[in-house]
Parts: sequence; structure tokens; C-alpha cells
Amino acid sequence: MRLEPIDNPSLARKIALPAAALAATIIIGSLLVLAAGANPFATLGLIIKGAAGSKFALLETLNRATPLIFTGLAVAVAFRAKLWNIGAEAQLYGGAILTVVIGTSALAALPSIPHLLLMAVAAALTGAMILLGPVILKTRFGVDEVVTTLLLNFIMLLFVSYLVEGPMKDPMGMGWPKSERLANEARLPRIVTGLRLHWGFALGLIAAMVVWIIQTRTTLGYEIRAVGHNPAAAKFAGIPVNMVLVKTALLSGGLAALAGYSEVAGLKGHLSLDLSPGFGYTGIIVAMLALLHPLGVVISAIFVAGIFVGADSMSRAADVPTYIADMLLAIALLFMVLAILLTRVRLVRG
Amino acid sequence: MMEIFDILLSASFWAAAVRIASPLIFATIGEIICERAGVLNLGIEGIMVVGAFAGWMAVYQGAPLWFGVSVAMCAGMLFGLIHATLTVPFGLSQHVVGLGVTLLATSSSYFTYRLILPKVPSPPKIEPFQPIEIPILSDIPLIGEALFHQTAMTYGAFLLAIIVAIVLYRTPLGLAVRSVGENPAAADAQGLSVTGLRMGAVMVGSGFMAVGGSFLTLSAFDTFLFEMVNGRGWICIALVVFGAWQPGKAVLGALLYAAFDAFQIRLQQTSIGSDIPYQVFLMMPYVLSILALIIMSRRAEIPAALMIPFRKGER
Repeated sequence: MRLEPIDNPSLARKIALPAAALAATIIIGSLLVLAAGANPFATLGLIIKGAAGSKFALLETLNRATPLIFTGLAVAVAFRAKLWNIGAEAQLYGGAILTVVIGTSALAALPSIPHLLLMAVAAALTGAMILLGPVILKTRFGVDEVVTTLLLNFIMLLFVSYLVEGPMKDPMGMGWPKSERLANEARLPRIVTGLRLHWGFALGLIAAMVVWIIQTRTTLGYEIRAVGHNPAAAKFAGIPVNMVLVKTALLSGGLAALAGYSEVAGLKGHLSLDLSPGFGYTGIIVAMLALLHPLGVVISAIFVAGIFVGADSMSRAADVPTYIADMLLAIALLFMVLAILLTRVRLVRG
Repeated sequence: MMEIFDILLSASFWAAAVRIASPLIFATIGEIICERAGVLNLGIEGIMVVGAFAGWMAVYQGAPLWFGVSVAMCAGMLFGLIHATLTVPFGLSQHVVGLGVTLLATSSSYFTYRLILPKVPSPPKIEPFQPIEIPILSDIPLIGEALFHQTAMTYGAFLLAIIVAIVLYRTPLGLAVRSVGENPAAADAQGLSVTGLRMGAVMVGSGFMAVGGSFLTLSAFDTFLFEMVNGRGWICIALVVFGAWQPGKAVLGALLYAAFDAFQIRLQQTSIGSDIPYQVFLMMPYVLSILALIIMSRRAEIPAALMIPFRKGER
């Protein structure tokens, strides 16, 4: 058996194969639910109801999707250049730290909008700097960025643990390891008064648009694709490969940091160690399911968030462990990358 | 300063270093087998979780300890098969598949755990491997306890490293595995099955990673905890680079890392430790791994075809 490229894959093939991947995921998911002794149809119903069955559920899903849009974009941008940024988690926390530092400082006297902007810029710069390190190690010394960005996640979490137990600990926090709350002027307001959805979500949509424009309408976008496709050829064509990687890293790290900014300023209001339940890692799934397309990231982030929110709500009603959400996403990811490959190649004998 | 010498001169410190190194040795050797055949296996973190869980669960259900280790090995090979199928014949991105396998393996373990034990407040304990004292040798001061008063699994880790080194460098099989990682086209021309060898290497390597995970639940501790692997898999990826893809050097690296880890734990309890936040100590092993990567990357002899899928007839 070997793989043979298909010259002009038909539209039917391009639609049928990803659909088959999704169907296969649902079938395996149903088997898992059966193994847990529950009814697959009822369980699927409960997941959908929990994710989108009411206004409250839907807003909860959109809120959960907000950080995933940012981390998903961060991963999509980086992976496009074959820059394996697995450190969105660290960059997210970096952004969150700066957001809290500025949001609780004497600058609180600033009016709301410049304050929010200053926080966003500082957060994004921090995230960019955090990814810059591994990228310089990659371009300068050839150190694999997968390992360094992964290890930085652990270092950053310990650093945050130190901050919220030490210098940034809220003296009024009843001993809980968390930071002071942001000043009111430093909070992202809700988009519609009375509805629990903050401006971070809108900012995520804007970020997706901006990334899409960068990728399709600018020289940098072209260079990123060229470097990702074939770095040797890109270099030969006169593209400064290392510089493109650095720029990609700044963009990617900045986007991931905005997830931390949006979670702190829009939702939590303070820094703590449970700010992110792995949004940085989930961003990888979000980006892959979106085929690294920035606008697709928005849809895929809402989809992934829906599965998490829905599964949480389902597991309270039925006896199916909530970890089924992670399993379904992992299975969907693996089937999807296979399906996308099979739109371009076919298996032949010989 | 005296406190530092006290730590370094205590037998328990060296014994702890060897104990901490053991799971890392299993998993690093497993990763070396994969990478020597040309496949980066980022499923390692999740496969260690599966090994820790499956081995422990088997023993909890009444199986003997060694049977638990075999169950872990089989579970690891199963996830290795998933990884290998997607990355070898289909040639999909080893980064994406590896991270997907890690997520799948981790979530499957947690899901199954909750399925079997839906309402336990704390995970049940098992009777783990006990240290075996080798007479006379274990009485050697300082290193006697470290080297000759450990569990059977620790002895197994060192034995495995020796066997794998011999197989890799002294047998036709080892030569074949290395050649598909260096120059698959040439290996193919000699009539070797690149796909078969790579898939086999990934499965066997994943099996050893899972055994490394099971060390945590069957030898180091006596129960299964979520987050128990806690980045050890990623450390092993760094150790492979540090060890220049050679089993012997990787064992040395694992021991060095483990000694450092055991040292920082003990340093926290001294007067030096009370002045410095404990997080700084916990950070040090990760920082050290990154530094080691930077130093070693200049002279690392990376397998030439690592991460490059092989398609017959394409050059």
C-alpha cells in the first residue's frame, strides 16, 4: 500500500471526508457513552442542551470560547510558519500578570478606555517576549522550540504560583492564593448590559479578522506561508526566514497573551492559578480543527467550547465522566488531520 | 554550605536520585527507540499517564505486579500503534499527531478511571514493588543503598538501557532501525521495510514509555493521581537531545537530572530553602533542561531523517 497524490480533488471528496471524520468521532463517542451505561442519543441531547439549550448556556459557551479564539489564533499563526508554539499557556499567563499589574496599579486613575488599551498592549508585548526567547534559541542555536515552549509552561505556572502566594497576593483575600481585583475602570464591560458576555469576545472576533487580513493581504502573510511550506525554498527566494519566524512569534505570543488579558479583565477580575484550565493546549486543537484558518478558528473555538460546556452540564445529569469531552476532541483532531490528508492523496496497492 | 554537603553525603539523597531517574530512564529509552527510527513521539506524556493508570488499575483488580507492568506495556503499545499508523504510512505531522495522542491517552485514562471508580473520594492504594536488598553490596557507604537497595523495576530500567544499547549498536535489527532513521531511501533499497521498522520502533518505544509511567504507580508510589506524570514526558524529550540519542548518555542525563531534583527537594528544607520561595526550587529542573538543550544542541547528532516521513519512490 502506498499513497498517491490526487491532482484535482473533487469538492465532494473535500466535504465527504471531513464529514466522515466527524461521523466517526460521534460513533466512537456513542460507544464510550454506552460503555458508561448511558443512552448515546440522550447524552448527545444533554450535551447540545448544555451548550446551547438556553440563553444562559449559549452565553456560557461564548464566554468559554473567548480565550480559545485567542489561543487558537496564536497557534494557527505559528503553525502556519511551522513554528511549533506549544507554549500558549505560558504566554496567556504572562499577559494575565501584566493585566493585573497595570489594572491594580496607581494608573487606575486613568479613564477606562486608555487604561484598557494600555493593559492590552502591555499584555500582548509580554506574551510576545515570552515566545521570542524560544524562537531566538531556535534560530540561533537550533534548539527545538517544542520542548522549550512546553517547559516554559511549567516554569510560568510556578512563577504565577509564586506571585499569587507572594508579592501579588491579595492581603484581603482570606489567605487564598490570588491577586487583588482589578479597578473597575480596568474591567472589560459587557457587550450588552445584563447579558453575561464581555467585550473580550468582540475583541477576539476583531483579532481573527486582523489575522486573516495579515495572512491574505500582506507581504508578511505571504512570507509566513512560504516559510511554513518550504524554508529552504523561501530562503532561496530571498525571504529572511529567521526574521519572519521572529515576527510570527511576536504575533503568536501576543495573541495568546490577549487570552489572559481577556480572561482577567473580562471575566475573573484577578489572577489565580486556575485562570486557565489548559486554554493554551486546547488552542492547538481549535487551530487544527479550523485547518489553521483564522476565521475558522472562531467557529472551531465556539464548537470546542460548546463541547466542554455541554459535557460539563451533561455529566451532572448523566453518569458519563466529563473527560469524555477531551477524548472526543482528541479523536476528532486525529480523524480530522487524517481526513484532510486523504482529500489530497489516495491509498493504492503496490 | 555545610547543609549542602550534608545533603550530598547522605545515602538517602543518592537513593532518591536513582529512584527519581528510573521512570525517566524507561521513557527516555523508549523515545530514543522512536527517534532513532526517525519518528518524534510527542505522545510520550500521555502514554506515561496511560502506563501509570493501566498498570495500577490491573494490580488494583487483583493482578500480580509484573502482570500490571505488562498491562501498562500493552496499553502503551496500543497508543504507539495509533501514533505510528498516522505518522508512518500516512506521514502526518508528528507534532500534531503526538500532541493528539497525548491528549487522547490522558483523557482515556481519566475517563476510564471515573468509569471504574465513579465515586471514590481518594484513589485506592495497592501494595507496590518493595526494595530488594542485595547483601553486602548494599552496605557500601553512600552509594550502596542507591544502587543495591532498590525495587526490581529500578534494576529493570538499567538492564533495559543496557539491552537496548546492545541491540541498537550490536545487532542487525539495531542497524536496521538506525538506518531507517538516518537514510530511509538507502534502507529501502537494501530491501528493508521502512514502514514496518518504524512502526515497530514506535510501538516498542511507546511500550517502554508506558512502563516508565507504571513505575510511578507501582514502585515510586502506591496509587494513581491525576497530574501525576506532571511533565516528565517532556523532560524525557529534552533528555533524548541531551543524551545525543544514545542510551548510555541518556541514562547519565536522567541520573543528573534526578540528582538535581532530589537535591532541590532537600535544599528546600534547609535554612537556604527558607529564604528562597519554594517555586524557585521547583523551577530549577525545567530551567536546567532548557540550559542543557542549549549547550548540547551545538554538537547533537540528530538522526538525519527525524520527522521526515518516507514515501517509497519519492526522493
